[in-house]
Amino acid sequence: MPKRDLKLKIDEVSSPLGIFKGLEIQVGRIYDDDWEEPMGPSPFPGVGAFRSWDRKLLERYKPFYMPFCDLCCLCTYGKCDLTGDKKGACGITMAGQQSRMVLIAACIGASTHAAHARHMLEHLLEEYGRDAPLDVALNTNVEAPHIRLVCGLRPKTLKDLEEVLDYVESQLVELIAVAHTGQEGDPIDFESKVFHAGMLDHVSLEVADIEQIATLGLPKGDPDTPLADIGFSSIDTSKPVILCIGHNVLPSIDIIDYLMDHDLFGDVEIGGICCTAHDMTRYNKRAKIIGPMSWQLRFIRSGIPDLIVIDAQCLRTDILAEAQKIGAPVIATTMKSCQGLPDMTDEDPAKIVATLVEEGAPGALILNPRKVGEVAVKTAMGIKPKRVVTTKLDRPKVTEMAKRCRTCSECDRACPNNLSIMDSVEAAADGVFEPLEDLYMYCVGCARCESACPEDFPIISFINVGAEETILNEKFSIRVGRGAIQDVEIRAVGRAIVFGEIPGILALVGCANYPAGTNDVARITEEFIKRRFITVASGCSAMNIAMTKDEDGINLYEKYPGTFDAGSLVNVGSCVSNCHITGAAIKIANIFAKRPLRGNYEEIADYIYNRVGAVGLAWGAMSQKAAAIAAGCWRLGIPVVVGPHGAKYRRMLLGRKENEEDWKVHDARTGEKVYIGPVPEHLFYAAETVEEAMVMIAKLVMRPNDTTKGRAVKLSHYIDLHKRHYGSMPDDLHLFVRTEQDIPFTMKTEIIKYLEEREWEADKIAMPDPTMLDRMIKRRV
Amino acid sequence: MMSAKMTLGQTAEIPGPKKANLFPKPSVAGAMIKRAKRALLVIGSNGGKMKTKDGDLVDSAIRMAENGNISVVATGHMLGEFMSRKAENVYSMQLMNLGDRLRDPNWKGLDGGGHYDLVVFTGFPYYLEWLVLSGLKNFAPGLRTVSLEKSYQPNASWSLGMMPEGKWEEALDEILSILEEEKS
Repeated sequence: MPKRDLKLKIDEVSSPLGIFKGLEIQVGRIYDDDWEEPMGPSPFPGVGAFRSWDRKLLERYKPFYMPFCDLCCLCTYGKCDLTGDKKGACGITMAGQQSRMVLIAACIGASTHAAHARHMLEHLLEEYGRDAPLDVALNTNVEAPHIRLVCGLRPKTLKDLEEVLDYVESQLVELIAVAHTGQEGDPIDFESKVFHAGMLDHVSLEVADIEQIATLGLPKGDPDTPLADIGFSSIDTSKPVILCIGHNVLPSIDIIDYLMDHDLFGDVEIGGICCTAHDMTRYNKRAKIIGPMSWQLRFIRSGIPDLIVIDAQCLRTDILAEAQKIGAPVIATTMKSCQGLPDMTDEDPAKIVATLVEEGAPGALILNPRKVGEVAVKTAMGIKPKRVVTTKLDRPKVTEMAKRCRTCSECDRACPNNLSIMDSVEAAADGVFEPLEDLYMYCVGCARCESACPEDFPIISFINVGAEETILNEKFSIRVGRGAIQDVEIRAVGRAIVFGEIPGILALVGCANYPAGTNDVARITEEFIKRRFITVASGCSAMNIAMTKDEDGINLYEKYPGTFDAGSLVNVGSCVSNCHITGAAIKIANIFAKRPLRGNYEEIADYIYNRVGAVGLAWGAMSQKAAAIAAGCWRLGIPVVVGPHGAKYRRMLLGRKENEEDWKVHDARTGEKVYIGPVPEHLFYAAETVEEAMVMIAKLVMRPNDTTKGRAVKLSHYIDLHKRHYGSMPDDLHLFVRTEQDIPFTMKTEIIKYLEEREWEADKIAMPDPTMLDRMIKRRV
Repeated sequence: MMSAKMTLGQTAEIPGPKKANLFPKPSVAGAMIKRAKRALLVIGSNGGKMKTKDGDLVDSAIRMAENGNISVVATGHMLGEFMSRKAENVYSMQLMNLGDRLRDPNWKGLDGGGHYDLVVFTGFPYYLEWLVLSGLKNFAPGLRTVSLEKSYQPNASWSLGMMPEGKWEEALDEILSILEEEKS
């Protein structure tokens, strides 16, 4: 392993050259000598290291900015109106400002993951020691593809991750400094830095997940992880219920340990919302997942939780007020989200429990996870028999309240999805609850309707009442997050992916801000499983996939295997497990294609971009973390599709398929620049409808390296989906058919006729050994 | 699937410093669109759910494609809806692709006949149209945009105001009738 800051101090040394006194030698870094792979060109890359690579991508995928705000209000010269060609007081343009905001969002996201990784690392180092081995995946040598690729390190023990995070943190400081008034001005340079933040984000994700896998005993890439329970009704409400919300599993682990150590698991329920829940079930499948982040308010309003434990990220910031309404105390467990609660970390657990149970304190900040474990269990058990929920509604109460509705429509106007809230409330006033029940599937749980309501109606609670029966039946199974993709799995499918015979890898990731309900993600997933894609899921998307059953009453996790293979569904786990999805793409380049990984980012990104038909879909993307995750995909050349709300990230990265000059690469065999067609057409794209997204996914998996057989498979899916949803052949098919051998056999007559009408020329689109990097050209003819 | 209510706008209708002019009456919108040299009508994914005097917005768009002296393009996967109704002369382009091209002064249009001087939007989720119009307001300075939604869209050049369902149906019909008249 590398050693940094090695210092050698010698008081006096005599040599043939003379006598040296006070000799001091300092070495910044020594690289791992027992790693055969030589160091690549870019270990620990700085902010500008891949500017040239980024600009190549950004030249092809130009930003289309859709300003969310026409003003800049970041300095005291402002507010500055940047509309159109106006400039701010500092000289910034609208395009510059939009890209700057994208950078700030990506830095927030990447910092959140990095801070998460750091917080866990400090704790795990203390608990497990600096030499705890990083044994993170079965049948796997490439344990940390991102760290190897970006840092040029091969981490072996926990302590090796410190240097990785030191690097990430120093880079993030540089990136956020870029956004200060009067620094960067060029939008494309801002965008390059967004990509840098994304790359750092995936390194942070990897640190966060491998450290918890290695020390906490989470699954190590096992395709057959057990099924865990998910859904409102997976919770036994006769027992004390602890609700854990957030993304940092450490306090939840200690709650589970306390339950196990004291033989209380049968007496107390522990359930989670958002990614903490994923990681709880990875630790112990007896923990329950209640649902994605949008389930927070509806579950708290149900009055079920006796105690709420929050850690970090994607929490509702009004959680304390909501908890107080149902008489449930809150334990905050990280400095990132203290909620104004008193710090009781150093208090005796019995005293904290007494404060919460007997004195009715609203909550406490406890920064020691072990203490959280004991206090949480004892508090939940103490509170349960005493707690009376006075705010719980029933149908007669809702009807009575709904009669006061002023029909002002403010609830509808406040709803991000323009749902018919007012009509549903009016129906409830007449004792008709089906419209409120309908809203349950479509509500994203933001409660903006409640804030807007002049009568202060608790509309989320109204919806809960309307959906009583749905909630009673809300119990599903989810395959526990498995973590990494094994090297042996990559070996098995690498060739078929790179040659296009497995049509693609579809990663369903991100949050739960869906435009039209929770079922869409499962619908998209099954469409592509049936088309023999490798589908991979994480985070809230992985949860919502579980929450749709077919007519036989089973869901996709019960129907399809969890191997990384065609026609499968892999749940990698929480947000931080997203590193394994991009990590799999990196490992394809390294393990299948034998491309060197160590500090060799550009070459690997060039390989993935031109050869690995992977696409990310974040249908309900909401957060800055999701933005950073997407940015990490972009720099690796992996396109990302978002739902319509994703347009609020304020810029797309779009290719122009009709501009032939934009779609040329080097043929590494000859050095010649050749036209390869618009593959993949976009790097970041918001689809308006599910159907549009599905057609676009099928198109975006095409790569210049596809064999004719592979391209034929991909085209058959693209054409089939287009015909089904658009009622016609795609009007750009001629841009993707390179030669007659590319044409799917069963559609040959129809396609040839289509191509003739468009004066298609065979072999105009080349099939090179594609590269965007001059240095990868093997021979120049 | 539950249909979204579309009679009202969203909180996001708060404009920036440059905001859409409000059509004083539908006939002004009709006259403005009719005067354009090359106008484009963009129909969004809510088109099949928005009731009009012709049936729904897709039916009204088909009426325009046949008689309206205006090119019609369907976004999302709406082309499928048009095809199922045997519509002709309707183009298809996804909204992001269209927005990206509309900001390009060198784009030759869907028919290759040149760029458009006026683009009319209707049938979209409120926030999505808001954002694309923002992109065009800021980065397509020569392009006039019109919103014919039931609620005010501040980032268009011109927009209808908030109006109740029935009134909007009448307004739309009046505008379309004007477009069907022979150009003088």
